Parts: sequence; structure tokens; C-alpha cells
Amino acid sequence: MSQSLVQIRGVKKSFGTTRVLDGVDLDVAKGEVVCVIGPSGSGKTTLLRCINLLETYDDGSIKVDSVEVGYEDGSGSRKRRSERALAPIRADIGMVFQLFNLFPHLSALENVTLGLTKVRGISKAEAKDRATHWLTRVGLADKLQSLPSQLSGGQQQRVGIARAVAMGPKVLLLDEITSALDPELVGEVLSVVQGLAKDGMTMIVVTHEMTFARDVGSRIVFMDDGRVQIDGPSREVLANAASHERLKSFLARIEMKH
Amino acid sequence: MDYHFNFNFVWRYADKLYWGLLLSLEIAFVSILIGMVIGLGLALAYTGGGRLVRTAIAAYVEFIRNVPLLLLVYLVFYGIPSAGGFAYDAQTSFVATLALYSGAYLVEVFRAGLDAIPKGLIDAGKSIGLTPWQRFLYVRMPMMFRIVLPSLSNVYVSLFKDTSLAYVIAVPELTYGANWIKTNTFRVIEVWLVVWPMYLVTCYVLLHGLRLLERRFSLVRR
Ligand SMILES: Nc1ncnc2c1ncn2[C@@H]1O[C@H](COP(=O)(O)OP(=O)(O)O)[C@@H](O)[C@H]1O
Ligand SMILES: [Mg+2]
Repeated sequence: MSQSLVQIRGVKKSFGTTRVLDGVDLDVAKGEVVCVIGPSGSGKTTLLRCINLLETYDDGSIKVDSVEVGYEDGSGSRKRRSERALAPIRADIGMVFQLFNLFPHLSALENVTLGLTKVRGISKAEAKDRATHWLTRVGLADKLQSLPSQLSGGQQQRVGIARAVAMGPKVLLLDEITSALDPELVGEVLSVVQGLAKDGMTMIVVTHEMTFARDVGSRIVFMDDGRVQIDGPSREVLANAASHERLKSFLARIEMKH
Repeated sequence: MDYHFNFNFVWRYADKLYWGLLLSLEIAFVSILIGMVIGLGLALAYTGGGRLVRTAIAAYVEFIRNVPLLLLVYLVFYGIPSAGGFAYDAQTSFVATLALYSGAYLVEVFRAGLDAIPKGLIDAGKSIGLTPWQRFLYVRMPMMFRIVLPSLSNVYVSLFKDTSLAYVIAVPELTYGANWIKTNTFRVIEVWLVVWPMYLVTCYVLLHGLRLLERRFSLVRR
């Protein structure tokens, strides 16, 4: 049996008394692009944030490359990993944020090299080469020295992607990375993601871009009420949407917004 | 109305003003430096600490901020040594006072700065695998300093002016020098006509320098 790269089992998470994740199961194989869709508030962001422990999960298990991310292996009792112990685990899990979260005091280049030099321990010169390579790849060769404030939203998000990908992560988490962008800038960002998919990058993509989910996603996962309601090959899920009441009405609502 | 200005006396003792100004600057510099260490340390302790730590820090801040600086100067110079049965020189005492005083103001400035760092940047730091210490060094500190720089400028200038209070315990800084000349020559107006622009120009230069620094570290352009 081939083990999934990301294996999520029965994950539960509450904020106070509100249960946000209510037993999530999900498997992502190497090279897969899993698109997570679902109404606002259904727990998509929380799920992604649990995978790299930006939020702790209360119950269940999340394994990335066979390593339980949130808790120390071994002993029966669940002992939370320290922030220090989490750092190398997180370094292997890339994340791109809805609101970019670029370091505003660093240039585009420095945003990418920071993790390479400080976390990966790569020399300054080599880090610069690698960062330049990725920034060129996302079409920002002429913006290396720009501060985030000097870049458009689409450009900032592409720096965000370069920053995550340059680290050489095992899996990339993308949380509605185009929803804060002007419509005319969405394409340039999605085409970068599409290129990564072609290269075989494993990705979990929270998105409302159904065309992208259908054409680029290997699978669609529909979340609602803190659970995975539907999980299947993209085209199949969309073709059978009519027979699933919640998915149907969700897609109808998205359709109207566009 | 026939007062005859005579600056000769002022020029004769100009070195008292010159060295006085230098000492004022030195006192301000050293106390602010110590105050920054106090302020940053306590701001971090406050942000990461429990209730007890927070209450203690808040008490320190409230105490210092609600007592006139002049009273603190007397308290540290006369009060503490007589209670503790030891002595230190006036300048040391004043530097300690101003450091404690600026520390209390800077705690608030730094704390506000730390609070103002967008949460998303910390998340981004975590997501690329920075350890807590690296996040502190490469994300939180540089961001905090950029956020607080404008308020720091104001604190610095007002602390520089506060050095003039050292004259009440006979530290030979600028105001003390001016007073000395005044008492010994009775040229009151002339002395102040010289000292006033000395403070003014120094404050202006300080402020201008800090504005340059702000621009250098601006998040908007380079
Ligand atoms: N830090 C938090 N504290 C309290 N409630 C939260 C927090 N983050 C998210 N929630 C709540 O959890 C629910 C799921 O949020 P989220 O995971 O962001 O959903 P989605 O990304 O699918 O829109 C929402 O009801 C939201 O209000
Ligand atoms: Mg969300």
C-alpha cells in the first residue's frame, strides 16, 4: 500500500465552544492537486492552518510524510511539539496566504532568501541564485529589489508563491490565494500555480475558482459543517453536482457572484 | 528702555555652555540607551508574561508616569541613598533617573509597536520554518522598530530637553552652565538669548536626523 504524503484522520478543532472541524479525513498522494471548496465558514482555512500547525488540532491525526505534525511521536499521551521543534517540520510545508503576508521590510528577493539562508542554511550567494530563479519563474525578474508596497497584488502574491516554493516543500498549501485580487490579476497568479502542478508539486488548494478546480485539480473536496462531504476526481464531482443538494446550491451561489 | 546688551560675559564663559551642551547630549544618549533596554525588555516580558509580570510592569509604568520628573530626580538623588546608606555622584544619579523615566515611556511605545505587527507576518515566518528566536530577530524586531520610529523621535527630543532638570542637583549640563553665568555676571537676557537657540538647534538637528532615519527605513520606498 502506498502511503499518502498527507494523511488526515478524524481531525477535530474547536474555537471555544464552536466546533469548526468535526472529524476531517483526507488523503493527498504525492503529485496530487487537491482543490478544497465549500461555503465560507466551513473550516477550509482552519484545516490548512492545522496542517502546518498555525492552529493546533484537538483530536485526530495529521501526518505529512509519515510524521505526526502536531504531536511528538512515540508515547501514548499526546505531547504537543514545541514551537522550536515545529520549525523544521513547517519548513517542509509551504503556505501561500490569502493576504500575501509578505515581509514588508524586505525586498522581493529578501522575502525569498530569508528562509533559504536562515532555515535551510544555504549560502547567501546560492540563496540569491535560487530566489532569482524562482522569482524569474513567476515573472518578476525585474522586481527583485522592489519592496512589497511597490508591487501590485498579483505581483505580491507571486512573490508569496516563490517564497514558499523556493524552500522546496513536500506539499504546498494555498488558501484562496486569488480572492483578494482584482479580477484582471487572478489569471497571472493561477497560471503560476498551474505551472507548479505540471511540475508535479503536491498541493492542497482552497479556491472558489471552479474552472481552475476542474482543469488543474486532480480531486475536488467539498467541505461543509466542518467535514468533508464529497471527495472525488474533479470532473466527476462537478458532473454529479446536481445530485448533491448542498454542493449544488453552493455552486449556484458561486456562479452568481461571478 | 535703555538696556545695553553685552554679550562679552557670555562669550568669556562660553566653554561652560559648550561643555554643558555636550554633557546634556551625553546624558540624554546614555539614559535613552539604558531606557531602550529597559523598555524593550519589559515590553517583551509584558507581551509574553503572565498576570503577575504584567501587573508589576504596569505598576512601574504608572508610578513613573504619574510623578513629576523633578520629584523623581530628587527621590533618586537624595531619597534612595539616604534610605540605603550609600551615595553616588549627581550625574550617575540623574542618568539612572532619566533611564528609569524613559524606560517607562518606551515600554508603552514598544508594546504598542509589538501589538501592531500584523499577525499574518508571524504566520508567514512560521510557515517558512523560522524558529521563535529567528522570527524575533528577522521579523518582529525590524517591524517593530519601523512602526515605532516616529513615536521614538518625539520621545527622544523630549528626553533631551528633560536633561535640563539635572541642573537642580548641580550636574554641569547646559542649563546649569547658563545659570552659573547668569549668577556670576547678572547678564540674564544675554545668557538665555544664547542658550535658547542652542536647545532649539540641537532639537531640530536631532529631529531632522531621526526623520532621515525614518525615511531610510520606510516600508513604502527606499
Ligand atoms: N482564531 C479564531 N478564533 C475563533 N473563531 C475562529 C478563528 N478562526 C476561525 N474561526 C471560526 O471558524 C469557522 C471556520 O473558519 P474558516 O476555517 O476560516 O472557514 P473558511 O476558510 O472555510 O471560510 C468560522 O466560523 C470562523 O468564524
Ligand atoms: Mg478561509
